[in-house]
Amino acid sequence: MKTILFIIQKEFKQIFRNKGMLPIIFVLPILQLVILSNAATFEIKNIKFSYIDSDKTSVSRALIDKFEASTYFNVLTDFPSTKIANSAMLKGEVDVILEIPNNFERNLIKNKKTDLAVTINAIDGAAAGVENVYINQIVQGFNKNIRTTLLQPSDVVNMPNSILTIPSFWYNKTLNYKTFMVPGILVLLVTMIVLFLSGMNIVREKEIGTLEQINVTPIKKHQFIIGKLFPFWVIGFGLLTIGLIIAKLLFNVPIIGSVFLLYGYTSIYLLVILGIGFFISNFTDTQQQAMFISWFFTVIFILMSGLFTPIESMPQWAQYLTEFNPIKYFVEVMRMVMLKGANFEDIMPQFLKTLGYAIIMNTLAVISYKKST
Amino acid sequence: MKRFIGFITKEFYHIFRDKRSLFILFGMPIAQIMLFGFAITNEINNVDIAVLDHSKDATTKEIVSKIEASKYFSVQSFIQNEKEIATAFKKGKIKAVLIFEKDFSKKLVKESNATVQIIADATDPNTANTISNYTTAILQKYQQEINKSIQTPYQIIAKSKMVYNPELKSVFMFVPGVMTIILMLVSAMMTSISITREKELGTMEILLVSPLKPIQVIVGKVIPYIFLSIINAIVIVLLSIFVFKMPIAGSLFLLAVESVLFILTSLSLGILISTISESQQTAMMISLMALMLPTILLSGFIFPISSMPLPLQIISNIIPAKWFIIILKGVMLKGVGLQFIWKETVVLIGMTLFFIGLSIKKYKIRLE
Repeated sequence: MKTILFIIQKEFKQIFRNKGMLPIIFVLPILQLVILSNAATFEIKNIKFSYIDSDKTSVSRALIDKFEASTYFNVLTDFPSTKIANSAMLKGEVDVILEIPNNFERNLIKNKKTDLAVTINAIDGAAAGVENVYINQIVQGFNKNIRTTLLQPSDVVNMPNSILTIPSFWYNKTLNYKTFMVPGILVLLVTMIVLFLSGMNIVREKEIGTLEQINVTPIKKHQFIIGKLFPFWVIGFGLLTIGLIIAKLLFNVPIIGSVFLLYGYTSIYLLVILGIGFFISNFTDTQQQAMFISWFFTVIFILMSGLFTPIESMPQWAQYLTEFNPIKYFVEVMRMVMLKGANFEDIMPQFLKTLGYAIIMNTLAVISYKKST
Repeated sequence: MKRFIGFITKEFYHIFRDKRSLFILFGMPIAQIMLFGFAITNEINNVDIAVLDHSKDATTKEIVSKIEASKYFSVQSFIQNEKEIATAFKKGKIKAVLIFEKDFSKKLVKESNATVQIIADATDPNTANTISNYTTAILQKYQQEINKSIQTPYQIIAKSKMVYNPELKSVFMFVPGVMTIILMLVSAMMTSISITREKELGTMEILLVSPLKPIQVIVGKVIPYIFLSIINAIVIVLLSIFVFKMPIAGSLFLLAVESVLFILTSLSLGILISTISESQQTAMMISLMALMLPTILLSGFIFPISSMPLPLQIISNIIPAKWFIIILKGVMLKGVGLQFIWKETVVLIGMTLFFIGLSIKKYKIRLE
């Protein structure tokens, strides 16, 4: 026991002595949480909208006014010709071009039907779909208004059967992205810091040559491992705590479920990450390698975690792959407990899988660690 | 010159000797492109939903089968009362519940108005919003079908044309982003680490007292990585053309030149990082923590920049990746020439010169 305490003391000293690393461990993640949570939004706003009004009548102007009034669109320019408009789209200056044809008003009144041409930059397919929905909403709304003003007694109108949809959004009524993203990004930062630090730590001793010195001391295998990993476990908790405080105070993210449950789960989760880090450092010779391998897995884990894009939209084989992704479980648990108030029973499957993962990873790590070179 | 070539050879040996890093160096882009192409999408597919049908008549059954038939949803369960909604959501599988009111078809025919309530689990606001939009669209279509015989006068129809990516494939949007991130991180991280490594191991002293000029040491360090990054870029472009059928609308030559420019930008950033960090650990943490997340989040790779708050839109201008993504999308998808992207190109050149200038100022040829 005493030996372990000494190793822990040594590790903490080494961490706090390195003035270059301290801000990276504590300040950078917090800064990123505060700043980047604002960036992660799929909400489509400020759509760069432009139009070509070949009609120039009161009706066409009224339609453009509707777009100007909408909060989704930034009405930018009135282009004289399609050619100039297309070139602006190539330059990336506009996202949407609305073309109001000649005789727009006349066709509407005479033929009772008229077309509008809309061109949408669809490189971001999902955004283009949403933009299309917004444009149609505005045009339909405008259409409804103008119909009532144009309607003549001679027009036959049958009331169509209509189905009304009323959406209601639970757990996040205003569809606030930060509520969704802050817990996820917090998971990411805790994971990255703990994994990179633990992954590189032992390799560093290997590379500098001090590991051999430790190996010839009477320190036992388990003492060494516990002493090495405990400080990072503590750092993980420290980061989680700071992150939760920021989430609550700065972003107003609700913490509906039990904080103890969150910490309980995190204590197991951190063991998984430490196990992976330790395992990586056993199989690498230089910090560069260790870093590179940790980075490789982190990027894949992040992308497959459901943090930015939904897992349920992936093909089935990819969904099976995500079962091996510890970050996925942590993201799920964080969101379930914080936002939905899930209790221990609800997160049982995630908890058990994480526990199993922790046992497997740490066993592998301990087996693969040899006290001789 | 001969000395210099010898030095570069040494660097190549260092890299090729380390099989594990090499594997990751080349495996990474392939794995990422494959994941983005086949697995990851910001669209929704087969989202599990539940139905609470108070009416249980022919109309509601037809609507449910229409929803089931779409590729967006799969109806997982029928629930009996409102209380079960919360339980279903807490388990996490069901993302939305559709509630049909009592006497749905009677109301639809008699009062020509019936209501469907969509309750979405909005812990994921994007999915919730998309579910609500798509369900509404399916119901609108159904409504049009049953109203076919009725002519509405004074109709304005907006005909939309999706340009540059008519099939709305999300991989088209992700390929430029993945390419940027890989080039950025590989180049910046690898150079910064390989230079600080010499510092940490003490071999930098030996290099500095050798007849090689400091500038030759740095250039020699960087050349192998330029070479590796170019291979990575080629692999990514080939994969996107042959596996994902992505058209390269613009000139391949321009694409190559711009890619080399961006590789140089990233390498100069790597050199800058190595001049300000003393240990490999610091260099790595700076390249990873300070580059990875901002590059993913602020470059317009996944999240649209125009939707961000204004201060972040301003900050995004200092992220080199943002400019390169604009260039890539322009050349690959829009097929533009240099006259449309010269501004972005100038910004990248400016950044490269700035990083190099700063590194020269900070570079210490003597040890402390």
